[in-house]
Amino acid sequence: MEKTVTGTAHGHGHTHEHTHEELGFWRKYVFSLDHKVIGVQYAITGLLFLLFGFCLMMLMRFQLAYPGHPIPVIGNWFGADKAPGGIMLPEFYNQLGAMHGTIMVFMGVVPLAVGGFGNFVTPLQIGAPDMAFPKLNMMSYWVYFLGGVTMLASFFVPAGAAQSGWTSYPPLSDIATMGQTMWLFGMVFLITSSLLGSINFIVTIVQLRAKGLSYMRLPFFVWAQLVTSFLLLLAFPPLEAAGVLQLMDRLAGTSFFLPSGLMVSQKPLTVAGGGNPLLWQHLFWFLAHPEVYVLILPAMGIVSEIIANNTRKPLWGYRALIYAIIFLGFMSFIVWAHHMFMTGMGTTISAFFQVTTMIISIPSVVILTALLLSLWGASIRFTTPMLFALAFLPMFGIGGLTGLPLGLAPSDIHLHDTYYVIGHFHYVVAPGTIFALFAGLYYWFPKATGRKMNELLGKIHFWGSFICINCVFMPMFIQGLGGMNRRMYDGGMQYAHNAGLLKWNLMIGFAAWGLGLFQIPFIINFFASIKWGALVDRNPWEATTLEWSAPSPPGHGNFLTEPIVYRGAYEYSVPGAAKDFTPQFEPEHA
Amino acid sequence: MQSDPEAIRKSIRTYGIVGGLLLVFTAITVGVNQFHLAVPLAITVALIIATTKGSMVAAIFMHLSHEKKWIYGALLLTVVFFIVLLFVPLATVSDTIGTPTHVAAPAEGH
Amino acid sequence: MEIPYTVEQRPDTGLANGKLGIWLFLASEVMLFGALFSTYILLRVGAIEWPHGELSVKLGAINTVILICSSVTMVVAWAKLKLNDFAKGRLYVIVTVVLAAVFLVNKYFEYAEHFAKGEGPWHSTFFAIYFTLTGLHGLHIVGGIVVMLYLAGPGAGLWKRNPEQYTNRVEYTGLYWHFVDLVWIFLFPVLYLL
Repeated sequence: MEKTVTGTAHGHGHTHEHTHEELGFWRKYVFSLDHKVIGVQYAITGLLFLLFGFCLMMLMRFQLAYPGHPIPVIGNWFGADKAPGGIMLPEFYNQLGAMHGTIMVFMGVVPLAVGGFGNFVTPLQIGAPDMAFPKLNMMSYWVYFLGGVTMLASFFVPAGAAQSGWTSYPPLSDIATMGQTMWLFGMVFLITSSLLGSINFIVTIVQLRAKGLSYMRLPFFVWAQLVTSFLLLLAFPPLEAAGVLQLMDRLAGTSFFLPSGLMVSQKPLTVAGGGNPLLWQHLFWFLAHPEVYVLILPAMGIVSEIIANNTRKPLWGYRALIYAIIFLGFMSFIVWAHHMFMTGMGTTISAFFQVTTMIISIPSVVILTALLLSLWGASIRFTTPMLFALAFLPMFGIGGLTGLPLGLAPSDIHLHDTYYVIGHFHYVVAPGTIFALFAGLYYWFPKATGRKMNELLGKIHFWGSFICINCVFMPMFIQGLGGMNRRMYDGGMQYAHNAGLLKWNLMIGFAAWGLGLFQIPFIINFFASIKWGALVDRNPWEATTLEWSAPSPPGHGNFLTEPIVYRGAYEYSVPGAAKDFTPQFEPEHA
Repeated sequence: MQSDPEAIRKSIRTYGIVGGLLLVFTAITVGVNQFHLAVPLAITVALIIATTKGSMVAAIFMHLSHEKKWIYGALLLTVVFFIVLLFVPLATVSDTIGTPTHVAAPAEGH
Repeated sequence: MEIPYTVEQRPDTGLANGKLGIWLFLASEVMLFGALFSTYILLRVGAIEWPHGELSVKLGAINTVILICSSVTMVVAWAKLKLNDFAKGRLYVIVTVVLAAVFLVNKYFEYAEHFAKGEGPWHSTFFAIYFTLTGLHGLHIVGGIVVMLYLAGPGAGLWKRNPEQYTNRVEYTGLYWHFVDLVWIFLFPVLYLL
């Protein structure tokens, strides 16, 4: 189903500065060592997985809106073991749920945000000819691809894909069907890819900055990628270890996560026992909490670039932003057990995690406030990227604020595992991060292709998505506060207390399908503009950062002359200057 | 590192000496084990010896004793999170240490 | 197109790219083994009883000695290369590989003995964590051997083209190898003695 769509972004109608022998098709577009090609590979693959994960969700929402009804039109595609007569089986619903989360987080958002944007933009923004380790970069992409294929293939094994949630809690996941084993192997590939990539990013940013580019002159986007890479580097290995342990439980008969005396289908499980299901939860969340900051940090970086550019003002509080993001990265490692308040931990350690969770909201608020204050007194250009970047701010605000009752144990008792949680984290990731990623796609498309995307289609995409996505997720807070549990195949029908909340499932379903329809203008715009978009020069947005000094698209090695940086990253509307922007790369007295 | 041949030859001697010391400490580790100390004391002693050996490997063989700031910084961060990972999960279950896990009596109903 | 600071050190950081890269990789490895040590702690603290004396202290101690010696030979290999003595440098790398192979052979005998007694990873949480920790460590030894064989064999051509870059590669491999030794220095007392 998934094909590799490779470097289609190398523009036509531009001469490339190829100072080496011409590479064949495979070396140039498939097994390329060039960070721009690899970045596009990550981006396109990530977008395809996002679309796939979105389709899984649209199926789930049908089951929730019309429980027990045959899926229209495509219901017979899934076979009798998943949807006999087109009616979704609970097992299939659970597969969709587990894989939707896994695919969106690990195969969609992070590869696009870090692998795609990180790879394409970072070397350009720091004035480097490529990443520090180009071969490692290429390998990272293909290992990611392998992991993605493994995950997709798991749908086709007997009893289907993983179905124990993206969180894969044992004991259930330990005794689940074959799809879970494939999930574990898929995760090992995906984690390895991220680890190798994170090393590449850190070394690149530290070692390959251009002359004059001190840390305090770096675009905030680069700072965000640097902190993100440290999160990936140090938080992922425990999940890799946990994956190995669960594989051992499933394949080698160990009892890492299986307690003594466990009964399955009224029969005792014949294992040694002595294991601890909470061990998995600790190792999983030790990664998964920093992982959510991996999801948001690149988005904050992208939004910052676009806001500065479209307000024609420097970012407010640049230093505060940097200290906040570093502090945020550090704190993200010591809050994880706020996902485990219901596991019976003592009150002292619970208080510890509540305190750290409250503290971590501070740097988030600092960043959001700085970005909001950046709008004050600004001359705003409402381009499509700016619309998405502006929407990010209140959406992330809602997501962040709704997290507070979850971070306090007493309120979490009522809200844990309800639709409130789903509403909270989707607000941060969907109208939050994904909107920021769309903003970035519209913003950097001209650099990658030498052409602009269509503004009208962009605005239709934006407004349609913005309205629909709020209609999808806002009702979930109502459902969750009313006590509706998550991960229920029948939409909550079996519980009397949900009776008044079921009607929201209809609205959410239609909003979700509407959201899907509004992605069509984007998809058409994206591919059509590669061929027919308005041609642009190097700096169509009149921006200040280094990537806009390279040709659009840049050739191999990126810059025609050695880039030198003379000033900070956001010198917009400098008093007395001739233009309303003074690029980093322009010498004094240009 | 220094590229001066004389300094490097001296380093080679140092490597040999440190290697010998490590073997001695290994013998001590096994020797102390014969005393069957109480578990908390045994753990403390074993970790002290292991940490000493590890520090020598890190400082001398891995040249950490004169490395650059970025390396020190990355490692310091790692050590902090390593300690968190090792001991904080324990803190969340420490109120049940010593209580044997047993199969529950027939459900009391809820 | 050349990537700057692949061989020479960047002035403000004092580092070549590979040196920073390998240390970052080792940082991630600390977290990987850290998770397994955390597993050991949690399982042992939660256990009603924990086995003692199940493992061969003799074999474990011998393997500790072997690994320490291999760390010495690896760092000396790098030092010889810095002295421009390629023949000696390569010889010491090969000696390191031989020592590593002996370690693995000992491990094989150790594992075989346990399996013969029915003491596989399924037998108890003690054996589960023992096999997982030493197994993952053993995989790291195999990885090290592969890289060292490459450097001593097909990769040795780099010495003629760029001796400094080749020497750096041996240094980075050495750093990895010392880390593998370091992990064992902790594994041995924790699993075999305590």
